[in-house]
Amino acid sequence: MSRSERDIGSDARSRPIPGRAGPSPELEQTRHLEQLLSAKEVVVVCGPGGVGKTTIAASLAATAAARLGGRVLVLTVDPARRLADALGVGGLGNVARRVPDDAFAAAGVRPRGELYAAMLDMSESWDALVRRHAPDAATAQEILANPLYRNITRRFAQGHDYIAMERLFELHEDGEYDLLVVDTPPSLNALDLLDAPGRMAEFFSSRLLRWLIVPYRSRLVNFASRPFYQVADRILGSQFLEDLAGFFILFQTMRDGFVARAEAVNRLIRDVRTTFVVVTTLEATPAVDAEQLIESLRERHLHLGLLVCNKVLPASFSDPPVGRTAELLGERAFELASVLVDRLPSDPETAGRPSGEMVGRVLAEVARSFANFRLVATREAELLHEFSASHEVTATVPYHPGHVTDLHGLLDVGAKVWGDEVAVASGGAASRAVSRSRSSHGSGRGSKSGTSMVRDTAASVEVGKTPLKEPGSDAGS
Amino acid sequence: MPELLAYQLLFVTGKGGVGKTTVAAAIALLASEQGRRTLVCEAEPKGDLARAYECGPTPFSGRRISDDLVAMSMDTEASLREYLRVVAKVPKMGHIGPVARAFDFVATAAPGIREILTVGKLCFEIRAGRYDLVVVDASSTGNVVGQLAAPSGINELIRVGVVRSQTDWILEILGDPARTGAVLVTTPEEMPVTEAVDLAARLAAETPVHLACVVANRVLPELFGRSEELVFNELTRAATLDFVARNLQTSRELVEDVLAAARLAVTVRRDGVAHLERLRAGIASDVPLLYLPYLFARAHGLRAIRQVAHALSEELVT
Repeated sequence: MSRSERDIGSDARSRPIPGRAGPSPELEQTRHLEQLLSAKEVVVVCGPGGVGKTTIAASLAATAAARLGGRVLVLTVDPARRLADALGVGGLGNVARRVPDDAFAAAGVRPRGELYAAMLDMSESWDALVRRHAPDAATAQEILANPLYRNITRRFAQGHDYIAMERLFELHEDGEYDLLVVDTPPSLNALDLLDAPGRMAEFFSSRLLRWLIVPYRSRLVNFASRPFYQVADRILGSQFLEDLAGFFILFQTMRDGFVARAEAVNRLIRDVRTTFVVVTTLEATPAVDAEQLIESLRERHLHLGLLVCNKVLPASFSDPPVGRTAELLGERAFELASVLVDRLPSDPETAGRPSGEMVGRVLAEVARSFANFRLVATREAELLHEFSASHEVTATVPYHPGHVTDLHGLLDVGAKVWGDEVAVASGGAASRAVSRSRSSHGSGRGSKSGTSMVRDTAASVEVGKTPLKEPGSDAGS
Repeated sequence: MPELLAYQLLFVTGKGGVGKTTVAAAIALLASEQGRRTLVCEAEPKGDLARAYECGPTPFSGRRISDDLVAMSMDTEASLREYLRVVAKVPKMGHIGPVARAFDFVATAAPGIREILTVGKLCFEIRAGRYDLVVVDASSTGNVVGQLAAPSGINELIRVGVVRSQTDWILEILGDPARTGAVLVTTPEEMPVTEAVDLAARLAAETPVHLACVVANRVLPELFGRSEELVFNELTRAATLDFVARNLQTSRELVEDVLAAARLAVTVRRDGVAHLERLRAGIASDVPLLYLPYLFARAHGLRAIRQVAHALSEELVT
């Protein structure tokens, strides 16, 4: 199948959805996401580790560039080489690179806007920060050459959160992009990210920092700090304390710049133009983490734009009629095998005939496999139900065997988040089955309408296959 | 290389979301059931360990789970207090309050202080001989290297003082392949395997800790052999589907939906095998690779930990 046949369409949003009179939940979702991404300038994608944040961030950015237009940048912290390959930008660095139109053309899409991608290089970003805030080039050089500086910026895990927010601010201030989508680093605690700018400001304003950098001798006569000094000296040694003090005296020269900047970063996070997208899977542990994250966004009055449940099993797996069919198949596997076996062809290589026993085993295995997935899917459906009940906008992305390896795959995932019905099948019965059942658990699942939704989707896949553009014309433009 | 449970100190790490806590909790449970006095520590306390054992909070001072199993959470400030009291024998404990706050600050700013308080406490438990095995539910990929490299880093930065004299014996324990090892957990997927291979290389290059084993978690079993798969493929043909549906007195669509699950299992398994091959090729050939099955049953809590521990014990026998 050529790529052009698998168009998800940069103008899919304007296409009427066949067989629908009133707005479907998907259409509502599409509207919401279009409004959200048109109104906001900064999208912070966060969530527990291992749920596919990077892929969702890239998908959102790619889909926004394709459908809404403008200049869209996705900033990733994950050195996922495959993602860089998928975007067709080779390696990613601190400097943003434009995703070539060829990559969109290969996916059968002519984007309305431009997509850029950059990776957050922590150590490069720290260096840039020092150069900006140091009073002069010589001080900057001295700080950069200090062994403590290297250690701090490399190992200071919380510093990564700050840098991510800092870079985001810088890019936003430059105003070169209409939409910034940032994929956040896996922090110990997702909230560290939100507190990072505040902590950085606090760090510089701290009395302790001031104390640490007063001259060594006056520290000795300062009675109040004597116990601390005695202990610190005993543990760390005075030489290390001196090194530390020396470093902070240098670092202090950047104080005003850092504090002002951290406050500005803080304002951006709270700005009405910023929204948060929380990504999770419907497994127990990530779901608990995501729920806590949402709760703390709420406490801080930060805007939750969307909750994405990723890697969700097809709704049909928890559909009772399908479950009953699987049970029936399991119960009657060997009986059915005895009548089925004569209809099956011989093995083309060995010319051997399948035995009734073996066919029975296959049928029983099929039933058992369904029962296994049914357990998981039922748990997922329950969690999704809870999420959907308490959060207004929940998007689901179906479980995708394999990995997103190209822009087409990203746009496909984007289409799911967008909530449109034009799903793209990428060949193979399994992915067909998954995309056919892609309508989420949340939309009338388990009921008759849930089943009919699945059929509707199957019909619209055919619509989606209609080529909208010739790839050749895209490449030339 | 010793048997996994014969180690004294194990750091369980891997990409976020691969099941580090589950594997750490299972290793500790298994060791304690074999009569080894075991301490399991959550290095970045989020309460996952307490959830795994379905017990109350696991404080720094430890919570006894069974006769031979104690669970604790790391707390660098508590670790500092203990250190000052027990090791540094600092007088005037009344002044420790502000000292701890000051340390919190220095630890935020100064490299490796927090890390060494974590690693130091764990090594101290080994040295004190209260436990036969300490299992650490360690930080994920990014931070674990910093944690395990901290003692050598501190050694370079701090030339005198108590910390300096402490790092020598800590390094001795960490670097002893007969006592200390890293357990790298991954799942048979793209990014977790890529990160596991990278992390194995970084552990070797940047830390004194040796790799004890790699655990491939959530591995789906092979569903069909070759001839069985031919039969399965035949089942998905329209005529066969109709025949099966007629016999079960149901619709073809419902049968197709049932088959989709097996199809998914086959696809995921095949995809996983490719990643596992990449994993095997990416780590040293003398490092054991252990497989733990995907648990379809309710995959959390003590029951799941027991299931994983059982699967682990079978892997360790073979």
